[in-house]
Amino acid sequence: MSSDTVVARFEIPYRGCLASDGTLCGPLPAFASDPELLRHLYRVMVRARVFDTKAVNLQRTGKLGTYPSCLGHEATHVAVGSAMRAEDVLFTVYREVGTKFWRGVDMLDILLYWGGDERGTNYRRTPHDFPFCVPIGSQMPHAAGAALAFQIRGEARCALAFIGDGGTSQGAFYEALNLAGAKKLPLVCVIVNNRWAISVPVSAQTAAQTLAQKAIAAGIPAVQVDGNDVLIVREAVGEALERARAGGGPSVVETLTYRLSDHTTSDDATRYRSAAEVEAAQRVEPIGRMRAFLTARGFWDEAAELALRRECSEAVEAAVKQYLATPKQSTDTMFDYLYAQLPTGLRAQREDARRFAALRP
Amino acid sequence: MVEAINMAHAWEMARDPSVVVLGEDVGTNGGVFRATAGLQQRFGKERVQDTPLAEGLIAGAAIGMAAQGLKPVAEIQFMGFIYPALDQIASHMARLRNRTRGRLTCPLVLRMPHGGGIHAPEHHSESLEALLCHHPGLRVICPSSPARAYGLLLASIRDPDPVIFLEPVRLYRFAKQEVPDDGQALPIGRCFVLREGSDLTLVTWGAMTVDSLKAADQMAAEGVSCEVIDVGTLAPIDFDTILDSVAKTGRLLIVHEAVRTAGLGAEIAAVVAEQALYDLEGPIRRVTGYDTIMPLYRLEHDYIPGVPRIVDGIRTTLAD
Repeated sequence: MSSDTVVARFEIPYRGCLASDGTLCGPLPAFASDPELLRHLYRVMVRARVFDTKAVNLQRTGKLGTYPSCLGHEATHVAVGSAMRAEDVLFTVYREVGTKFWRGVDMLDILLYWGGDERGTNYRRTPHDFPFCVPIGSQMPHAAGAALAFQIRGEARCALAFIGDGGTSQGAFYEALNLAGAKKLPLVCVIVNNRWAISVPVSAQTAAQTLAQKAIAAGIPAVQVDGNDVLIVREAVGEALERARAGGGPSVVETLTYRLSDHTTSDDATRYRSAAEVEAAQRVEPIGRMRAFLTARGFWDEAAELALRRECSEAVEAAVKQYLATPKQSTDTMFDYLYAQLPTGLRAQREDARRFAALRP
Repeated sequence: MVEAINMAHAWEMARDPSVVVLGEDVGTNGGVFRATAGLQQRFGKERVQDTPLAEGLIAGAAIGMAAQGLKPVAEIQFMGFIYPALDQIASHMARLRNRTRGRLTCPLVLRMPHGGGIHAPEHHSESLEALLCHHPGLRVICPSSPARAYGLLLASIRDPDPVIFLEPVRLYRFAKQEVPDDGQALPIGRCFVLREGSDLTLVTWGAMTVDSLKAADQMAAEGVSCEVIDVGTLAPIDFDTILDSVAKTGRLLIVHEAVRTAGLGAEIAAVVAEQALYDLEGPIRRVTGYDTIMPLYRLEHDYIPGVPRIVDGIRTTLAD
């Protein structure tokens, strides 16, 4: 081999389908022939946004703890949920309300979790899904482990892990992708590139041109898509899941979106980014373009929109009412889920907590 | 003792098809200490998996596997390399049952060599049990003989919660004992009273148990009767056995290899002081590793408490 031989060469394709005005900028996926599916994708996106707006308001009025808004991420989140099968297992970060909704997690659960109650992690309809993962990137090895379990048992199931742009700087991200590549695991990783890791922009996070290309070092195929386009995200993630399910190994999908909100309700994004940038991102947000697309095709109209908004508001209000009426757990629950059986040495502490709980008004 | 550990793996893998072994060099190579030797040949590459070289990944992947119904028995090659895995252990492994109110659980064993005394390189001789005992939700176990390694490892694999299993490296080859391969587990969460006595309670675990028994023998020749307790399960710890013994002897000496400050010995001393002060006839004493970095091997036996320091500790405790 001569010394100027190129031994490897890689490319990261970009894909889009819906332009920001709802017109087509790429071929329509096959599933787009089903108007009811298209309408449902839109409905769950709106549902996520209505819920999100209410959750932020609840925090502002002291009725919810710190909450990380999903504003602007709805297309990516809902598309991923819709591409997965019920028996697949989901590993989220902490913002993926739309994905959880698609997988049957109740609004009440999400309110309970951010309202300081562990019962909010009790996903009755997808009992294998992991709860929100707060330590950045640490969900990735869990997803790889679940995928390894599916492979060992010969099950046609996939693990799907979300990670953010900041998360791709973590060792756990590389470690998990490396394992998935080496063992050809049924794992799909969706990198939600919303451009900001709290105050750090992607340009300060990495010198890589794309986050998708980080998969190349692990020998994993990767694609970058418009994360505000629910159709292309569903198509790309769906293809990745089917490939994984068929034994074709892991994939990485980077979805380009934008965090229109503060990082969490404790953050003030005006300290680190310009209003002009946010306004520009607002013009390409995901919900408006999908509505325009549906309307142009004759699948949606003003009456349907009004009915949907009313239905979402009612569902949110009902969930909030239930959340606010949920009594807090007993202090016993601090102890009762540490182990399958309470170690005898902890009984005295459990009693102590009970005694002081009884003294509180 | 390493053969007993290997036997326990094989027994449980044959009995329970959900048991899988993973770690660095555990498959083809059978583990750097041979703890998993022959398992891949017998049970196949699916159930005995060599992993990439990443401790955080091993711990994290084991969590994902356990939550999916497998029973991973994962090896960290040396305890000095546990730091990258601590995030997974503390942030997820210990908490998964609690944070999901029992919906997802983490039945797994994370095994690793513990302690020094075998002329190993830097970072290969650490005793870091206190880091792990500080995390509710974990069990931390440290056997002190081949029979207890066999019985406690079986119990650990069968346990519904995550277990950190610390294997004293000095005992891997040094401790020899015929162990019946009968699949009998030993109880977790109970101390082992290895020697009954009336003058002093000596509480210890792991490799220090061997030196402590020798020290007790030596003192017996002088007419001093030591009760030697091997804690066995370091977390959650069985204080009842220790308190009962102190009620009988009135004297307590704690011996451990780990650094003294904020070591598990401090917690044992605190509990005895809180609950049994009036049973004591003199101050509680500790013989431990020094508050130093574990030295390179020329000095390792100056760091690890040996029989002379334990004998001195017994004499001092009795003299007060």
